[in-house]
Amino acid sequence: MAKPKLKAHVINREWCKGCGICVHFCPKNVLELDEEDKVVAARREDCICCKMCELRCPDLAIEIETE
Amino acid sequence: MAIKGYIRERFFPHIWCPGCGHGIVLNSLLRAIDKLGMSKNEIVVVSGIGCSSRISGYVDFHTLHTLHGRALAFATGVKMSLPELNVIVPMGDGDALAIGGNHFIHSARRNIDMTAIVMNNRIYGMTGGQYSPLSGYGTLATTAPYTNIDNAFDTVELATAAGASFVARSTTYHVQQLTKILKQAILHEGFSVVEVLSQCPTYFGRKNRKGTAADMMEYYKNNTTPVGSTAKKENPDLIERGVFVEKEMPEYCKEYDKIIERAMKESS
Ligand SMILES: Cc1ncc(C[n+]2csc(CCOP(=O)(O)OP(=O)(O)O)c2C)c(N)n1
Ligand code: SF4
Ligand code: SF4
Ligand code: SF4
Repeated sequence: MAKPKLKAHVINREWCKGCGICVHFCPKNVLELDEEDKVVAARREDCICCKMCELRCPDLAIEIETE
Repeated sequence: MAIKGYIRERFFPHIWCPGCGHGIVLNSLLRAIDKLGMSKNEIVVVSGIGCSSRISGYVDFHTLHTLHGRALAFATGVKMSLPELNVIVPMGDGDALAIGGNHFIHSARRNIDMTAIVMNNRIYGMTGGQYSPLSGYGTLATTAPYTNIDNAFDTVELATAAGASFVARSTTYHVQQLTKILKQAILHEGFSVVEVLSQCPTYFGRKNRKGTAADMMEYYKNNTTPVGSTAKKENPDLIERGVFVEKEMPEYCKEYDKIIERAMKESS
């Protein structure tokens, strides 16, 4: 299977509660909380599209869109 | 269908606190149902009262939000009248095993076909952090400021002893395993119990100095082990996760149908 290619981190800022779970467990340290405590993909080029952030988000606030 | 197709988006963002494990259980359950390819119409989610029980409001299936501790009783009524539906009953640890403990053991004993999910955060979240039968000896709670002296139930052992034909445990850290187990539990014909260790950072976490939601999930990662592993032999304190029981047994609704048939024959 070809490696999935990242299209976008789709983040719902209204739903994200800034719990930091996705940030903490991202294996590539891609994510960060911004000054409003909302998640942002600060180093998107490092993302390996494992989707662990999406699977562990308690608020269904982050999705990984691949090509 | 993407999992967003299975929720009532109008009620989001949900009421759960930042980092509450119950949201991860919801996430995982939606994925399990999506992978099974079930239609919304064939699923009924029945819950009681508690933070965990709010889950029924968020899913776009047939739903019943009932009374604290009584979800399994309502679910039994639904299943007996419409046995073709898949009944899923998410409960808090207090809901399932304190006030609802009797319904729990007897549903297991009857082996009625439904999936009971025990969202175990070891505390009463909704009412402000009272200890539950799963808090365990030595924990702190609003109602145990000098530490709790009650021992905890082991949900898996309790469900097994009561006769559940499918018994499993996972955690909010192990989401891939959790989704797989939920799929298996939903497909299983009989009473399925899935215990999910689910963090309450607001009460259990704060009272017991367990750190952030992510810290509490790290704990699940570092203090659990697959069932039957050698690690457990070396460190008996590890909590096992995986499928503990999976057996075929006569299912209650099917047996009840036979009784109806017998009665009809004898009366005709
Ligand atoms: C008959 C009855 N008794 C007590 C309550 C108060 N009550 C509401 S939720 C709850 C416990 C919640 O704890 P749990 O079931 O573990 O779920 P959580 O909120 O932790 O998810 C209690 C005691 C109630 N609503 N109804
Ligand atoms: S896990 Fe979800 S709610 Fe928590 S910070 Fe990440 S996107 Fe936001
Ligand atoms: S998909 Fe994986 S690597 Fe990419 S941001 Fe999410 S957790 Fe990190
Ligand atoms: S009080 Fe605890 S269980 Fe209830 S929503 Fe908050 S974190 Fe979750």
